[in-house]
Amino acid sequence: MNTLFGEKKEGATKIVLTKADEYPEAPVSIGTTLSNFTGDWRTFIPVIDDDKCVKCYICWKFCPEPAIYIRDDGYVAVDYDYCKGCGICANECPTKAITMEKEEK
Amino acid sequence: MDYKPIRKVVSGNYAAAYAVKHARVQVVAAYPITPQTSIIEKIAEFIANGEADIQYVPVESEHSAMAATIGASATGARAFTATAAQGLALMHEMLHWASGSRLPIVMVDVNRAMAPPWSVWDDQTDSLAQRDTGWMQFYAENNQEVYDGVLMSYKVAEQVNVPIMVVESAFILSHTYDVVEMIPQELVDEFLPPRKPLYTLTDFDNPISVGALATPNDYYEFRYKLAKAHEEAKEVIKKVGREFGERFGRDYSSMIETDHVDDADFVFMGMGSLMGTVKQAVDILRSEGYKVGYAKVRWFRPFPKEELKEIAESVKGIAVLDRNFSFGQEGILFNEAKGALYGTGAEPLIKDYIVGLGGRDFTVPDVKAIAEDMKRLIEKGELDREVDWYHLKR
Amino acid sequence: MEIPESVKKRLTLPAEEHFYAGHTACQGCGASLGLRYVLKAYGKKTIVTIPACCSTIIAGAWPYSTLDANLFHTAFETTGAVISGIEAALKALGYKVKGEDGVMVVGWAGDGGTADIGLQALSGFLERGHDAVYIMYDNEAYMNTGIQRSGSTPYGAWTTNTPGGKKHFLEKRHKKKVIDIVIAHEIPYAATASDAYPEDFIRKLKKAQNTPGPSFIQLFAPCPTGWRSPTDKSIEIARLAVQTAYFPLFEYENGKYKINMPSTKKEPKPIEEFLKYQGRFKYMTKEDIQILQEWVNHEWERLQKLAEVFG
Repeated sequence: MNTLFGEKKEGATKIVLTKADEYPEAPVSIGTTLSNFTGDWRTFIPVIDDDKCVKCYICWKFCPEPAIYIRDDGYVAVDYDYCKGCGICANECPTKAITMEKEEK
Repeated sequence: MDYKPIRKVVSGNYAAAYAVKHARVQVVAAYPITPQTSIIEKIAEFIANGEADIQYVPVESEHSAMAATIGASATGARAFTATAAQGLALMHEMLHWASGSRLPIVMVDVNRAMAPPWSVWDDQTDSLAQRDTGWMQFYAENNQEVYDGVLMSYKVAEQVNVPIMVVESAFILSHTYDVVEMIPQELVDEFLPPRKPLYTLTDFDNPISVGALATPNDYYEFRYKLAKAHEEAKEVIKKVGREFGERFGRDYSSMIETDHVDDADFVFMGMGSLMGTVKQAVDILRSEGYKVGYAKVRWFRPFPKEELKEIAESVKGIAVLDRNFSFGQEGILFNEAKGALYGTGAEPLIKDYIVGLGGRDFTVPDVKAIAEDMKRLIEKGELDREVDWYHLKR
Repeated sequence: MEIPESVKKRLTLPAEEHFYAGHTACQGCGASLGLRYVLKAYGKKTIVTIPACCSTIIAGAWPYSTLDANLFHTAFETTGAVISGIEAALKALGYKVKGEDGVMVVGWAGDGGTADIGLQALSGFLERGHDAVYIMYDNEAYMNTGIQRSGSTPYGAWTTNTPGGKKHFLEKRHKKKVIDIVIAHEIPYAATASDAYPEDFIRKLKKAQNTPGPSFIQLFAPCPTGWRSPTDKSIEIARLAVQTAYFPLFEYENGKYKINMPSTKKEPKPIEEFLKYQGRFKYMTKEDIQILQEWVNHEWERLQKLAEVFG
């Protein structure tokens, strides 16, 4: 479970309505985008080397999804369900602890 | 508490302003345009004197007026705006936004001719050109109906979650003074309790988004919901109109106000202040032996098909008075009435008289001349033409 | 799993997320990152409006929302007007607006919906003095409709309607100075910010929260898709924009100008540094780059003079 969204991620489901009666009266949202796993967008996948990581959290800071979360041991991890492989984390990491590798699919 | 009306001599615009005050409107965002200005001026005066607790937003255009009113209504406040002609046209995009967002906004539109050429006078094309935007439309015959219309519209709108425009004539109503019976605040409060919004932007623990992109898989159902709301509104309108009559003595339980239909050969059908002229003329014509009546369409949206059918079944002819025109077609009330009657079996002779565009005076002698024309045609059993540009100089 | 307290203390941004992943922003999108920061600064007691722009799509198609905050979608040109109406309604309903425990009303709009079609409504909002925050995220073109130029598009930039071609590229107009137009309204607080400096951005958001009246922040938000830049370079480009003084970070507070970055004590980096990763500038000749550099120099000097005189 990531520390970004916790239980909200578990609780997010795809919503499919089949009858007009199921729709709300006004176009008001019913759920969150957490049910949309954008991880399948990736061509490159970030790999974190904990030995080089200095826990500066710059990667966590700059992830646009966000898909990098802070573990309870203080290191960071990637939620690969959402990571689109943009590479910002690898580019910004001051110790080059993150490398972008071509993902085998 | 017994209803003891407070009689005031006011213009149609001031009647609207008083109704806004009595309805306990919370936000008004408006932009001045002739001949609506005295509505917002009066409201500002109420606020300045501490008589009304309204947040007043002097926006920088009518498009922004509707946008701000929408923002206020979506947040959960009771919101109001007013405009006319060019201003209404300018906010066209946002009229769709208000109805699509299912917001119970009430707006007064002062019917005014569309430019060019410039005109500030009475003409129904501005409001009727917005008939597809999902707004309900109520046409006031006199200043009393402007006042009553605004109050009833909030009650109806907040029940069906559809915005409503209350339409009054430029100058003939907006600036002409007449006696209006107003309702004491406590009784208005009983009739119109505080708004219970369909949704609100102030539930911070359970946030929502409103109006996001809906793919072809979902958009259709939301449009159906709005359409259904218009249909269901017909019963709500009648119910609220009846309740209004029971409480305050002025009944609005029918969407088309009629008289003398049962013993008429033909009726005059139209909307707004010109029907006041028609009522006068009908009395005179009847005293002269003409078998005429009238059908005053109060609500143009939702269109009262059912009531129209009943009227059409009882008469041999309908003289539709359109103070408007849809170019490339015909007068709008005429066109919609014919469409509504198609297939119902009710087929009186229906003729379209284009009258009063740009505020050309529509008088009792005009009504009498039209009566002559209709009488002749009904005797003949057929129309000479469908659309008569009655007021054309020839 | 919770972020440990010892870590939270060391974070330079608020820890809580109110921006959900799973949205459909492009890889490396500066706009989505900016909105993530706004929600970090303001939390759940926020009402956001979004006009037609990339964020309309990023915010989630019905029935999903990507914001853990109330969101009202609105028409393209209306941001300034809608937030005015929301603010008025909150006051009518008895809510406190702005301040630490008040409701934050945020208009989040792109450069197209602000500098061009939305300029009137923005001006009205600023002039009337509503207690809300308008944030223009600036990716320098109409990106959502497929990269057409806006008033905020810089000299020399390729867009689909200022394309490079056999004759020459068509964007010979300099970037519209929206921040100066805003400052001309003499509002209590206006600022520029960049995705590369989120601590500074959040500090400015907080300042806007605690300054009554209308606030405006122009956020530099790179768009790899529209700028033809590598997706991993978005933050670096946002940093270089500041370091070259192409997009200096400054604040206008109660009539006084204060420059945050770059430093006024040394020469900014040459404009080529900003241009180097971005394919949209490939049609520029040496002369064009010189023209852009001169514009940057002129604006940077002007800003420094303003900071001296009105500092």
